[in-house]
Amino acid sequence: MDEHPTMSAGGHGLPRDDYASRLGMWLFLFTEILLFGGLFLLYAAYLHRYPEAFHAGGKMLDKVFGTVNTVVLITSSVTVAQSITALRLGNPDRACKLLYATVALAGMFMVNKFFEWSAKIAHDIYPGSAHLLEAQDGLGIFFSLYYVMTGLHGIHVIIGAAVLLYALRGIRKGHVNADDYVLLENSGLYWHLVDLVWIYLFPLFYLVA
Amino acid sequence: MAGTRGGIASWLFSTDHKRIGIMYLCGIMGFFLVGLLLGFLVRLELIAPGPTIMDAQTYNTVFTLHGVIMIFLVVIPSIPAAFGNIILPIQIGAEDVSFPKLNNFSFWLYVIGALMALSSLFTGKGGPDTGWTFYVPFSQTTSTNVSAAVLAVFVLGFSSILTGLNFITTIHRLRAPGMTWDRLPLFVWSLYATGWIQVLATPVLGITVLLIFAERVLGVGLFDPSRGGDPLLYQHLFWIYSHPAVYIMILPAMGVISDILPVFARKNIFGYKMIALSSLAIAFAGSLVWAHHMFTSGMSDTAVLVFSFLTFVVAIPSAIKVFNWVSTLYKGSIRIEPPLWYALAFIFLFSIGGLTGLVLGSAGTDIHVHDTYFVVAHFHYVIFGGLGFGLFGAMHYWFPKIFGRMYDKKTATLACFITFVGFNVLYFPMFVIGMQGMPRRYYDYLPQYTTGHFISTMGSWVLAAGILLMFWNLWRGSRNGPAAGDNPWGGATLEWSVSSPPPHHNFVSEPVVTKGPYDFTGVKADG
Repeated sequence: MDEHPTMSAGGHGLPRDDYASRLGMWLFLFTEILLFGGLFLLYAAYLHRYPEAFHAGGKMLDKVFGTVNTVVLITSSVTVAQSITALRLGNPDRACKLLYATVALAGMFMVNKFFEWSAKIAHDIYPGSAHLLEAQDGLGIFFSLYYVMTGLHGIHVIIGAAVLLYALRGIRKGHVNADDYVLLENSGLYWHLVDLVWIYLFPLFYLVA
Repeated sequence: MAGTRGGIASWLFSTDHKRIGIMYLCGIMGFFLVGLLLGFLVRLELIAPGPTIMDAQTYNTVFTLHGVIMIFLVVIPSIPAAFGNIILPIQIGAEDVSFPKLNNFSFWLYVIGALMALSSLFTGKGGPDTGWTFYVPFSQTTSTNVSAAVLAVFVLGFSSILTGLNFITTIHRLRAPGMTWDRLPLFVWSLYATGWIQVLATPVLGITVLLIFAERVLGVGLFDPSRGGDPLLYQHLFWIYSHPAVYIMILPAMGVISDILPVFARKNIFGYKMIALSSLAIAFAGSLVWAHHMFTSGMSDTAVLVFSFLTFVVAIPSAIKVFNWVSTLYKGSIRIEPPLWYALAFIFLFSIGGLTGLVLGSAGTDIHVHDTYFVVAHFHYVIFGGLGFGLFGAMHYWFPKIFGRMYDKKTATLACFITFVGFNVLYFPMFVIGMQGMPRRYYDYLPQYTTGHFISTMGSWVLAAGILLMFWNLWRGSRNGPAAGDNPWGGATLEWSVSSPPPHHNFVSEPVVTKGPYDFTGVKADG
């Protein structure tokens, strides 16, 4: 964040202030972290109470799905960062291509997630399923947290992809450009948050065993 | 440009902070009257033991809606969303807030959230009957329409977050030249501290109510003991937001009082820096005390001790403010006007509310009065006596700036007295019956509490009469009150340097600030 904002006449009466836009975005990211924070708090409390069940639950999750999705998301963070650089260096076409790649990776993540959830549900593992109700104390809690946290994260992946497409439209129309790219930058920040949350979810669920 | 045309759309889609603030004010006042009516009905039901005017289920819905409407639709947005929007940008010499479109969006979220909350009454199987705290397990199992209510709370929380985010950015980026941090009006300082609580605490409420929704719709069982969940964790998550939320409610009112007192004492505020810092201290320490709502819920003694201690720590910055306000009046050149009456009522009522809070914060005495009318009395002294009177003070203080007219001052003062008397007759007996053991939220009660409840209900009539008189007087003043000058009170902050009502872009030329907010040298009242 630079201290000296670009001051030029904006469209809404107020001078354009990229610094303010970034500050607002960072504040919003704090709220997102705290939204997940409530769930991480629940996770911590229940891990403390049911360490064995969490261990058993972690073993039941498919590490291949988890690892592939982690690689997919980290790659997508790279492409979105490259896209911002490409736009700053005056190459909007390349920026658009990289954004398409990012959105495609987001789609790949969601498809993976779909198959992973389907497999679990086919094995009678979902909140309130007969299998989990009979299982040891805490296994049901583990999987409820798994569905709620990865589900909320999945919603954020979809929102993030939509935001990136909106930025892409801005580049196509030309009002997001090498001189005025804060919209793309903020969308990228949001995407990095989505990535970051997953970086924490992955070990907490898949590697806890 | 939007905001200058006539017609309803130029209001609803306006990005002008003043118009958005006025719309918030109208919405908040409307819901305040609804909440007032519901509270009035609760008091009427409790005038005598046994059923009086409604059955028990209706009573549960009425007190729940009184709480939900008053907290989420009136008190949380009240001063920040209404007066913060109208006054804050002008006080720091800005043309608008940093994100005007986002500001309009958060107003729409408020409207949508309000409609959702109201729809919970008429859809599903009856209005919610859980109380505004939505405690599990009852909120999971009740057949009433809790799902719609918690989604409404989520949307309203989002609206509150965006307002806080906007204000923080605005205060950082749009201060006029010379408006250094130590020249900010204290109202701005209080909104700054409030903004941080809104941004950092509200998301936790968001996820908590979403979990209630997930419990009801998906049956995730995270708080269900029969499936290994722990209902106490719900209480923790709920209060991690909802205790700081009490400071979202009270801090802006404290800011209003800090702005009003120096003007009517015509004297620099005593201890500017300490009042500003104590707002931040309250915001910080207030985030660490949530579990004092849970002393009887089951916690380790160590946790009780720590949370009790931290609760006492929060009392320090609050007391600093009260002492500084009183010191500001000392040897001031006091001019008695309606806003000052409201401010004085605030100090008196807030002091009672604050000190009785220590009775609740101290673990030993809390065991005795927990979940009794003592809590109800304490809460209303802080929130209604504090925030409510702060809001009324703000309405009377900035009224001439917003409407360019003056209300009838004698009626305003009379309304303040009636409201003040009614308030104390209504809530003070609750301390007494609470100490005697009357539990809160009960539909019926033992005969020994009849006198206390009867007096309290009488007080509710006086209070309602006072508030209606006040509203009527303000309404009449806004229609055909005499023209007020630009600076009727002789205030030194920037909003009094522009015309009443302020022009569309607030300032004809960008102001340059050369003195503090309470430096009255050369300032003249013209009303």
